[in-house]
Amino acid sequence: MRRGIGRALLFVVVLAAIWGLWEGYRWLWMRQSWSWPFVVDDTSMPHLQDIFGALFDPARVNGPLLITILWHSALFTAKEAAVGFAIGASVGFVLGVVLAHFNVLQRGLLPYIVASQTIPIIAIAPMVVVGLGNYGIAAWLRVAVIAAYLTFFPVTVNTLRGLQSVEPRALELMHSYAASSWAMLWKLRVPAALPYLFAALKVSATASVVGAIIGEAPSSIPDGLGGAIINFNQYYTLNPANLWATNVIAACLGIFFFLVVALVEKLVVRRPPEQRA
Amino acid sequence: MSEDLVVSIKGLSKVFRRGDLTALQDIDLDVERGEFVSLIGPSGCGKSTLLRIVGDIIPPSSGSVTVNGKPARRARLDRDYGIVFQSPVLYDWRTVTKNISLPLEMLGWDRGRRSKRIKEMLELVELESFGSHHPWQLSGGMQQRVSIARAFSFSPALLLMDEPFGALDEMTRERLNLELLQIWSETGSTVIFVTHSIQEAVFLSTRVAVMSARPGRIAGIVPVDLPQPRTAATREDPHFFELVTEVREKLQAAGADEVTEEATLQ
Repeated sequence: MRRGIGRALLFVVVLAAIWGLWEGYRWLWMRQSWSWPFVVDDTSMPHLQDIFGALFDPARVNGPLLITILWHSALFTAKEAAVGFAIGASVGFVLGVVLAHFNVLQRGLLPYIVASQTIPIIAIAPMVVVGLGNYGIAAWLRVAVIAAYLTFFPVTVNTLRGLQSVEPRALELMHSYAASSWAMLWKLRVPAALPYLFAALKVSATASVVGAIIGEAPSSIPDGLGGAIINFNQYYTLNPANLWATNVIAACLGIFFFLVVALVEKLVVRRPPEQRA
Repeated sequence: MSEDLVVSIKGLSKVFRRGDLTALQDIDLDVERGEFVSLIGPSGCGKSTLLRIVGDIIPPSSGSVTVNGKPARRARLDRDYGIVFQSPVLYDWRTVTKNISLPLEMLGWDRGRRSKRIKEMLELVELESFGSHHPWQLSGGMQQRVSIARAFSFSPALLLMDEPFGALDEMTRERLNLELLQIWSETGSTVIFVTHSIQEAVFLSTRVAVMSARPGRIAGIVPVDLPQPRTAATREDPHFFELVTEVREKLQAAGADEVTEEATLQ
């Protein structure tokens, strides 16, 4: 209980500090007319209160409030990201298991898996999203594939590492029980890998949101946060706060995904206190 | 072959290819049902290696190991072994109860049979109220008791114990020695026990096999005819000291004087 209050207090303090930094920086740069690294004015750095205020203004005359629009966009993007995350995490996990069991595949495939992540997502997103469209796959599902693409890699790498983290004695124990490789996997290797797996899932959870947002752009899907970002980007000089507000919502969605994974981890992973993140 | 022979080791040698090291040479050893045999020797004499070969964890270079009349591999596949290592090797993600349950799950016991046996085992190692604890919530000695309970839980034909109390303090060690003997006599198991404490070997065993180093050989066997059941008073029996001396002299004769000192200090 006291820890909870402390945490809430810390959250408020950090939030206030960020607000102070933003507004302080703004004030100082504008007062001194410093232009490095960029000119600070109401366009490049709107007041934080304006950004949050924009959420509760109508985005168009007589239209719904910005936050209402963004809420629906966020739900749409969340669906893409969640499905992408589920696909990416599953594929990543299975790939990690396969690589852990076949050394040849690990040496042969791992370089290409690493290479797959060095290709800029912006370069392949249009190919994937447009290309899959030819097969009649729904637009949001195509975007989910991009999210999955960003999700699977950390999961594969950490699953592999986690499965190999088992201490030799624990393997010998299973060996002495004449355990099948299936039992070895599910009763020993996978449980031992869970902390590694969740470390990756937390990274992937936020990456899947980024992937979904980026994936929306090339297919011109207007329904999600990616569409909103592109839209407000075009009107940035007119109303910069709208874009910033959209970014805030996108960040909140990423944080929400992260927290869901962290909560599941708390329920699933039982470890000594010193090994908990 | 005698009906009561659990382990029969014949002409066993082990050469590690790396470094061309002969770890074990011409080992012959028979262990009968219900025996408690300790392997003692200086560090590097291959006693743990011998135990691992008997348990089919690593293969011998030559010679044979027969367990219950079967090759070691067959015996392992038949789940004839219970193993206790120096570290408890408990699974952190399982409670004490679930850890003991592990081999029973592998044997396909149903839930009811498992929980009945786990309860018995927890009583045997006096951890009745710790079943729902996780390993990290227990002391080192308690963890090792869980490990012992797990090894005995499915009544394996042969218990292989590799310095199980080596990492524990003297007091805990002596208490666990007594506990182990009690479990051993109640279950009528057969035990091969690796240690480098002379006192521990003599106190626990029905026979002590003294090994020499490089290459590892069995330098002599000391039958321990101390009366059963052994108690704390056994450690003060003059005959206990005679046997300790006998084992020490055999170790020295095997060329292990410098290590014996270390072993005595422990």
